[in-house]
Amino acid sequence: MAQADTSRLIKGATGDWEVIVGLEIHAQVTSRSKLFSGASTEFGGAPNSHVSLVDAAMPGMLPVINAECVAQAVRTGLGLKAKINLRSTFDRKNYFYPDLPQGYQISQYKSPIVGEGEVLVDLTPDRSIKVGIERLHLEQDAGKSLHDQSPTMSFVDLNRSGVALMEIVSKPDMRSAEEAKAYVTKLRAILRYIGSCDGDMEKGNLRADVNVSVRRPGEPFNTRCEIKNVNSIRFIGQAIEAEARRQIALIEDGGTVEQETRLFDPSRGETRSMRSKEEAHDYRYFPDPDLLPLELDEAYVEGLAAHLPELPDAKKARFMADYGLSAYDAGVLVAERETADYFEAAVAHGGVKRDAKAVANWIMGDLAAFANSQSLSISQTLVKPAQIADLVDLIEAKTISGKIAKDVLAIIIAEEKEATPSAIVEARGLKQVTDVGAIEAAVDQIIAANPDKVAQAQAKPTMIGWFVGQVMKATGGKANPQAVNDALKRKLGL
Amino acid sequence: MSVDQATVRRIARLARIAVKNEELPHLQGEINAILSFVEELGAVDVEGVEPMTSVIPMKLPMRPDVVTDGEIEQKVLANAPLAEDDFFLVPKVIE
Amino acid sequence: MNRRLACGLTDDPLTDLTHLTLAEARDALKARKVSSRELTQAHLDAMERARLLNAYIAETPDKALAMAAASDERLAKGEGGPLEGLPIGVKDLYATEGVHTQACSHILDKFRPTYESTVTAHLWRDGAVMLGKLNMDEFAMGSSNETSYYGPVASPWLPPNWSEEKARAALKGDKRGLLVPGGSSGGSAAAVAAHLCLAATASDTGGSIRQPAAFTGTVGIKPTYGRCSRYGMVAFASSLDQAGPIARTVRDAAIMLGSMAGPDPKDSTCFNGPAPDYEAAVGRSVKGRVIGVPKEYRLDGMNPEIETLWAQGVEWLRDAGARIVDISLPNTRHALPAYYIVAPAEASSNLARYDGVRYGLREPGKDIVELYEKTRAAGFGPEVRRRVMIGTYVLSAGYYDAYYVRAQKIRTLIKRDFERAFADGVDAILTPATPSAAFGIGEKGSADPVEMYLNDVFTVTVNMAGLPGLAAPAGLTEQGLPLGLQLIGRPFDEETLFSLGEAIEQAAGRMKLPEPWWACGAVAAVGDRGHNANRSEDFDDGAG
Repeated sequence: MAQADTSRLIKGATGDWEVIVGLEIHAQVTSRSKLFSGASTEFGGAPNSHVSLVDAAMPGMLPVINAECVAQAVRTGLGLKAKINLRSTFDRKNYFYPDLPQGYQISQYKSPIVGEGEVLVDLTPDRSIKVGIERLHLEQDAGKSLHDQSPTMSFVDLNRSGVALMEIVSKPDMRSAEEAKAYVTKLRAILRYIGSCDGDMEKGNLRADVNVSVRRPGEPFNTRCEIKNVNSIRFIGQAIEAEARRQIALIEDGGTVEQETRLFDPSRGETRSMRSKEEAHDYRYFPDPDLLPLELDEAYVEGLAAHLPELPDAKKARFMADYGLSAYDAGVLVAERETADYFEAAVAHGGVKRDAKAVANWIMGDLAAFANSQSLSISQTLVKPAQIADLVDLIEAKTISGKIAKDVLAIIIAEEKEATPSAIVEARGLKQVTDVGAIEAAVDQIIAANPDKVAQAQAKPTMIGWFVGQVMKATGGKANPQAVNDALKRKLGL
Repeated sequence: MSVDQATVRRIARLARIAVKNEELPHLQGEINAILSFVEELGAVDVEGVEPMTSVIPMKLPMRPDVVTDGEIEQKVLANAPLAEDDFFLVPKVIE
Repeated sequence: MNRRLACGLTDDPLTDLTHLTLAEARDALKARKVSSRELTQAHLDAMERARLLNAYIAETPDKALAMAAASDERLAKGEGGPLEGLPIGVKDLYATEGVHTQACSHILDKFRPTYESTVTAHLWRDGAVMLGKLNMDEFAMGSSNETSYYGPVASPWLPPNWSEEKARAALKGDKRGLLVPGGSSGGSAAAVAAHLCLAATASDTGGSIRQPAAFTGTVGIKPTYGRCSRYGMVAFASSLDQAGPIARTVRDAAIMLGSMAGPDPKDSTCFNGPAPDYEAAVGRSVKGRVIGVPKEYRLDGMNPEIETLWAQGVEWLRDAGARIVDISLPNTRHALPAYYIVAPAEASSNLARYDGVRYGLREPGKDIVELYEKTRAAGFGPEVRRRVMIGTYVLSAGYYDAYYVRAQKIRTLIKRDFERAFADGVDAILTPATPSAAFGIGEKGSADPVEMYLNDVFTVTVNMAGLPGLAAPAGLTEQGLPLGLQLIGRPFDEETLFSLGEAIEQAAGRMKLPEPWWACGAVAAVGDRGHNANRSEDFDDGAG
């Protein structure tokens, strides 16, 4: 697992430091209705519209668990190669807060539904780490308080109150901001593959509590601080770096780190204490007497396992084995399930076997560049896998050059979204000229017209590039560049 | 075990019940009377005994993932002591 | 004067309609000898005359008469459910849509639910008519109905050696010295005993049905945990709370429970099988049934009258053909202390929702914490505050294992005792229901709360083990106060309790309930508490 790697150490004034990071990810479970009530989980309803009497904690209201939320937690546990606990219990975490209507959150404290697992995190094509999963449990989300509606009052909306969350707790296995970011990226990909969380961090559907401590390499763990509710991968990285710097400076100044909860302020790039005037929390956990222990059987878990989609690690390995892709290319393609599907659709289009590497290059190159420029994912662009397949086939058949292919793709994007590349090439006469006679005629013409350049080229063979350019110009770019090159070399005696 | 007045104050704080100083001795006495009543339980041999989690042998029932509730703002807010624009209102909470 | 009928409904042609049993009234309605409107009006009249007992804290005459009229229409068409047209009272613990529901706590000030509890919904489904909401100990925490925000309930039983005049004077004053009806279902028990309803819903967390039934000479059953849905019942201690009826006969209790019970997808702890036909069990032979008599219930310094009554009960059942065996339930003595850890712990969490934010009382505060603290200090009475604080303490860091976990382990031991007895062939267990007869208002618990808690010493074990328990009136003390016996059954075997309960009822003879010494004509003032001066819920439909 993670050992001290000198490249990841932070230089302090008095020597090197190692940063230790553990993450608690709160992932909103994808479900239609809430964990313990039949109200909708949909984002952005009118205030208190997605609220049942159970969510509002009216007297005598009782929780009834949503089967799909349980299934999602088990699927996720399987995706994290984790132990599924066939018996788990729900506990009440007691505290008062206006957006916590019951006065307690129903959570799983003592016996979570999912136990230990692990996530393989690729850092570079040839370096990866395993991050241990401590546990995954189900719990209720709280409502929302708006503080900017009035100078004296907070406005409470319970729409999110009772929405199911999975809290996924990692072991303190990360040693840098980069590792933590890569872990969250990978975890998010796994959740999205499974369909148990959409990973939408802007909506707060995935957020992280980040535990950070620092130590001298090889020494035992130090006191950690918890940075609450960080809601983007970039901020997770920044928060870890800022907090590590703060702790190092503090210790080097002779101070000690106090265990506390902090907040990351992205505008200032620093963390600040949330230390409230309140006494230390005492959540008084105890089993929720309104619910019975959640008991599952092997057959249920096996049934869910059988329908689990292929996950990123397996898909990557298959892409490398079946398509001969590099680890890097396979890794990029499997990061989003839709991209991986797009790739496979393009490779296999029309039942023809084509060059997978070429397909990958088009997707990761020009198509990705276009998608990024529009802030779209690959699958959201209107370019279809069939069009990429056709493009690759046209190049393979030497019907067009790579250069023309780029132009064809640009035409598809800008003008003819539905046209096949073949039809565009045909209609616009973009077919590559491979007729040696025609090419030689063009070459002869250029040589005859430029005796001075011929002499220069014979003295300095790199000048051939100028001749290639002229021939291509003369043929409207359609001449096969290899044939032009061959003819020129022969005729110039190079 | 018995509680001192500082503990009574701490419990009241945790339970969010305002307690006046002059109430503390009386409350302390009552709580200690109850604690001394339950003290005998400390002598019971519970070695290897599972704590009870459900008094009747039943499996936790699950409901299908269907939206069957909500869109009842009027009912949710009907008894609110203070509400505006379908929000519950409380004195400003500063984080 | 009372509406009296000379229609041969009962042996006594002059019987007040309110003196019919639930079963008799049902049969009379079915036979169209009486209308639900007449029956309901008779009860509304009786309620009005009995206001000083303080059994009802909200009356719903308009609703009652409208429901009665609807029932009469159905009955006229030969339709109607098992309880069609029968007027009943509802403990204030049950959410009743649009009607006063406060569990007799100030913290639920002006709360009108927009929903109906499952148990009351079942009753209305079966045709019952709601007369109003019944007084109770605040949040069901109490054994004498003295913790109610709406003041104590006076038992219809006269204190020994009291004249009716003295009692009436006390009724108009602070009620001290009058008898408690028991609690927490004191309003239910008093109303049933005083003929202010044919039967009532009640609830039982540690004895809150059986103890008041015993104190008032009525029948009460706490069914097996999970038999009735808890949906819409204001929660006290979730793992112990169970709904049940109080009625004047075993048969009536069986009829009521038959409607109240049944599966409910809205309560995860509610048993998912249908409720049996309980009434069919009434009158069934008990020949050959094995009755356990637990020696641990024979307490040191036990009231000899209770002991005599218990022995009498054993004889009655033996005479009815049952076989009596001595059994041991060694962990019984730990039940009450363990209960006073488990119940307050759950209550401290269940009552956290009363925070002044979404409903109920709200005391202003400069910030949210002050709002919480002032609201909860003003809204909860002393007993509730005490139990919430005890519960908070036993769950707090450092004490959880020593108190809560240990108490739950002891609960396992208590349940095992019963399982062993049942495995040995015992069908039911006979014990006294209470350690004494009813005591006076203001007499107990003011100095030491534990003094009051000891009332539940015989009943609480049953809640801890989740078993059904029935209290049946069995006799009177020398001073003329009612005493009850308790029957404890196997899980989900309430039927056996009804059969045995009826055997005791037959042997002991129907309890003769008190004459209405409390009755007075039109009551101008109904006591000095402003909040319940206007009992009529129909004219008090909230201030928006």
